[in-house]
Amino acid sequence: MEGDGYTHHISRQFNQELEAVRTKTLEMGGLVERQVRDAIESVLTLDSQKADEVRNKDHDINQFQTVVDEECERILALRQPTASDLRLVLAISKIVSDIERIGDEASKVAAQVIGLRDEVSEKRGFVEIRHLGAHVGQMIHDALDAFARMDTDQAIRVAYEDNKVDSEYANAVKDMVKIISNESEGADRILKVIWALRSIERMGDHAKNIAEHVVYLVKGLDVRHIDAAEMADRVNKN
Amino acid sequence: MTNETQPSMINALNPNNANSRIEDDNVSIEVDNLKLFYGDKQALNGIDLSIPEKKVTAFIGPSGCGKSTLLRCFNRMNDLVDTCSIKGEIRMGGQNIYDKSIDVASLRRKVGMVFQKPNPFPKSIYENVAYGLRIQGIKSRRVLDQVVEESLRGAALWDEVKDRLNDSALGMSGGQQQRLVIARTIAVKPEVLLLDEPASALDPISTLKIEELIDQLKDQFTIVIVTHNMQQAARVSDRTAFMYMGNLVEYGETNTLFTNPKEKQTEDYITGRYG
Repeated sequence: MEGDGYTHHISRQFNQELEAVRTKTLEMGGLVERQVRDAIESVLTLDSQKADEVRNKDHDINQFQTVVDEECERILALRQPTASDLRLVLAISKIVSDIERIGDEASKVAAQVIGLRDEVSEKRGFVEIRHLGAHVGQMIHDALDAFARMDTDQAIRVAYEDNKVDSEYANAVKDMVKIISNESEGADRILKVIWALRSIERMGDHAKNIAEHVVYLVKGLDVRHIDAAEMADRVNKN
Repeated sequence: MTNETQPSMINALNPNNANSRIEDDNVSIEVDNLKLFYGDKQALNGIDLSIPEKKVTAFIGPSGCGKSTLLRCFNRMNDLVDTCSIKGEIRMGGQNIYDKSIDVASLRRKVGMVFQKPNPFPKSIYENVAYGLRIQGIKSRRVLDQVVEESLRGAALWDEVKDRLNDSALGMSGGQQQRLVIARTIAVKPEVLLLDEPASALDPISTLKIEELIDQLKDQFTIVIVTHNMQQAARVSDRTAFMYMGNLVEYGETNTLFTNPKEKQTEDYITGRYG
């Protein structure tokens, strides 16, 4: 399917409906990208005001999901889309669900600020959060970019990045556990760091899901529940 | 329709690309390089196609693409058009139905056809269904009664008409008339049922009844349906053939064709794009 393939229908109104729902999804993606950035920054700077803002904005993202899903439902009922149009509507409905979940995880990251603020001087684990956060932030950006440009190569790269994120997360957690077991105090604080890391890692999983939906949208292939190498293999064979 | 081949059709003309042969099912009708001309106008440009036995195969495509023409070849209805000439073969049970030795009347008994507009005879409901048997010389009331009931049940019409079998068929609703015509067709126990837009003159509920009937009948008959209603093709058929300008562009499992077609022309048509 071409990048602008949804625009050549005989029904101009149908073109507009598909365009509108796609634009809304990208807008929602942009909002969530900002949320993720702000959530991680609020932790690293222990900025509780920013953290509150992130948590308050989660409502807007939920609202976006509702609107996009309603529009998808309407298109399915009234237009009975087929082939790439059908895949576009189904993929968008799933993509907004993953974007919304990323938003939830951003809220959870921001929520850790409250516990961390107690000891401003203590910043162990922050390097890991910054690093993993930057990595996952890029993944989310790339996954949404793959959707915007209907780019399966980009989607495959996102899937490969998720492997790296998983091992980076595992190492970071191992380090945090070491700290907890070596020290008698401060375990609750390190646990907060682990929770934040865990949420960031989950965001990476959702970015990978988005990448999988992009492959389905473009190629009509179901590449869920397989690893990145097999995904690449199937796409290249298609 | 012209004799010329457009450059964009080259892929479509390659039978390997159109994947026109089937592997898993028993073949009922085998079309081999079928070319059909009305005078010097070519309407079918070398069709290769296998129709599976006891499955529903749908032909879709824009007006004038050749789908009804192809359907009518299966019981030699095109013989009735003076200017029509045919090259290539259509085989049923290994025998070319255009062979000189073929008795067309018995071919049409084996390959029944239902048209867009219900065409019951101006006779009673009973006589409509019994008609085919009567012209075969069957007189036994017991046999006729039995076949009429079986056929009306088969066409999901029995419960609606069993108390008024002697009423005129012309007093029935359009949807009932169409099911009566199907009952009349299956009464002579054909192998193949050709349905040419069987529901396009019917309301949505009658249409659904016909679709439900098609689903029930496919256990006993090979069904080939031409329809303009793509959702209908998607709902009722196992395999779908997309035709365009006398060519078979794509032929495959209905599910695949409607979710992930291989050819851009198919995609453009089923999604309502201008190509």
